[in-house]
Amino acid sequence: MLQLIPTHDLKAARLSTSASQSTSESQKLISLRNVGVNRDGRWLIRGIDIDVAPGEIVTLVGPNGSGKSTTAKVALNIIKPDEGEVQRKQGLRVGYVPQKFEIEPMLPLTVSRLLNLTAHHSEKEISKALELVGVAEHAHTTVQTLSGGEFQRVMMARAMLRKPDLLVLDEPAQGVDYSGEIALYDLIKNIRNDTGCGVLLISHDLHLVMAETDIVVCLNGHVCCTGTPQVVSASKEYKELFGSRAVEGVAVYQHHHDHTHLADGKVLHSDGSVTDHCHPEDGHHDV
Amino acid sequence: MFDDFFVRALLAGIGIAIIAGPLGCFVVWRRMAYFGDTIAHSALLGVALGYLLGINIELGVLVVGVAIALILLLLERDGRLPRDALLGVLSHSTLAIGLVMMALMSSQKVDLMHLLTGDILSVTKFDLAVIYGAGLLMLIGIYTIWRPLLAVTVNEELARAEGMRPEFARAAFLMLMALLIAIAIKIVGILLITSLLIIPAATARRLINSPEQMAFAASLIGVLAVCGGLFSSYQLDIPSGPAIVLAALVLFILSYLLSTMIKKRI
Repeated sequence: MLQLIPTHDLKAARLSTSASQSTSESQKLISLRNVGVNRDGRWLIRGIDIDVAPGEIVTLVGPNGSGKSTTAKVALNIIKPDEGEVQRKQGLRVGYVPQKFEIEPMLPLTVSRLLNLTAHHSEKEISKALELVGVAEHAHTTVQTLSGGEFQRVMMARAMLRKPDLLVLDEPAQGVDYSGEIALYDLIKNIRNDTGCGVLLISHDLHLVMAETDIVVCLNGHVCCTGTPQVVSASKEYKELFGSRAVEGVAVYQHHHDHTHLADGKVLHSDGSVTDHCHPEDGHHDV
Repeated sequence: MFDDFFVRALLAGIGIAIIAGPLGCFVVWRRMAYFGDTIAHSALLGVALGYLLGINIELGVLVVGVAIALILLLLERDGRLPRDALLGVLSHSTLAIGLVMMALMSSQKVDLMHLLTGDILSVTKFDLAVIYGAGLLMLIGIYTIWRPLLAVTVNEELARAEGMRPEFARAAFLMLMALLIAIAIKIVGILLITSLLIIPAATARRLINSPEQMAFAASLIGVLAVCGGLFSSYQLDIPSGPAIVLAALVLFILSYLLSTMIKKRI
């Protein structure tokens, strides 16, 4: 399930990103310039500059209340900024997976009806999309009975059905267990690779999303720092914002490739060998 | 056959129930039962204004209902008070103003009981024309805003991000509610109108698996409640408005028992 990415692949991916970054401004999917949102005299966010280009994964990280969701909502045209401007590519198609939400229990809604909520898709398209995210059997399930992970996958399928140029995901792994989370980020990467869409991802756990992210924007009302995951996680601002424990989290992630615990309790090592137990010298692991 | 007061009552009730079906579903889905009550209570002020200005009563009710809906939209956007506190203020103050105005109008003795519980047996041919004319327009309206309103009901921000226009759908829905309450006041009265919106929708929920089916089923259940209520009102000599609501309640309990039995079998 989990694809292990050797470090040299990461470097290659980053090189290709820096190439795409040099493309002209007009090819950006979306550009936020000096954006600010003010509520009751308080600036929720201010001076935000963010670009997303096709095929690029941009991750917003930051503590609670740092304005991650507000920034995403400005990008999505849900909130009008009080300051600055937002430029969208003409005819931009957006797929949106909002933060985990409840659907009113009195509303009878099956998964396929939810997928048809704002636009019509054929039965075939729907079952294909559900298959892609691994919940094909749930087409006629009532949405309120889905588990957290299943619901997020359904929302992902829903966003993909729109064939978006830009995918905006607000904490897609909320309420999903650890292995489900890894699978979810894997899915996001595959969607990006298959469709070439840009992705704006909100996450609080940098150490998990790092591998696939091209640019990390660290928010705390304003942009604290921005750059590649390595640059951001090593920066003074990031350490100040999240404390040294979060930085340790990143360190843990980098050892994460060492070995993975399989469902039967055995251990898969980075060299492909499988043993019954892990040993201290194997390095750290999260599972 | 329109000369028979009972036939007219039946037709009026059926017309109201058909429109109340889909609107009632949204009232239940959007948790707006209190909003329905507020518009209904404001109807008393509308009736008083109607008498005072010498205009059609339904028109007075409609004008006040629309005004309350607009005030609510504006105050809600302002965001200083939560919705149910706002509704509490509007609901009881309009009711009080209406009652005071009626007491002051000594020349016009208004039958308060009929306003509160409805007077379906006094429906005229003109009333029927209004119910079915306005009803047809309202069904077209509901059909038009169905998709955006449903999307907004599931998740407003999702709907907005995907290019739906939530403000328009929401405002149109509030206007439809005000209109329904204006034409239904005469049938079931101020105190009972919300029940005609909510009970059939809640009854339908237990038996159905898609929003559209639930709207149709709610209309059907409402029609059954009107027929059952009116016949029992005629047979047992009980007030027609409460009889309709009680018939709806019986259907609700039956659906509850039925769905419990189905669940046990599985």
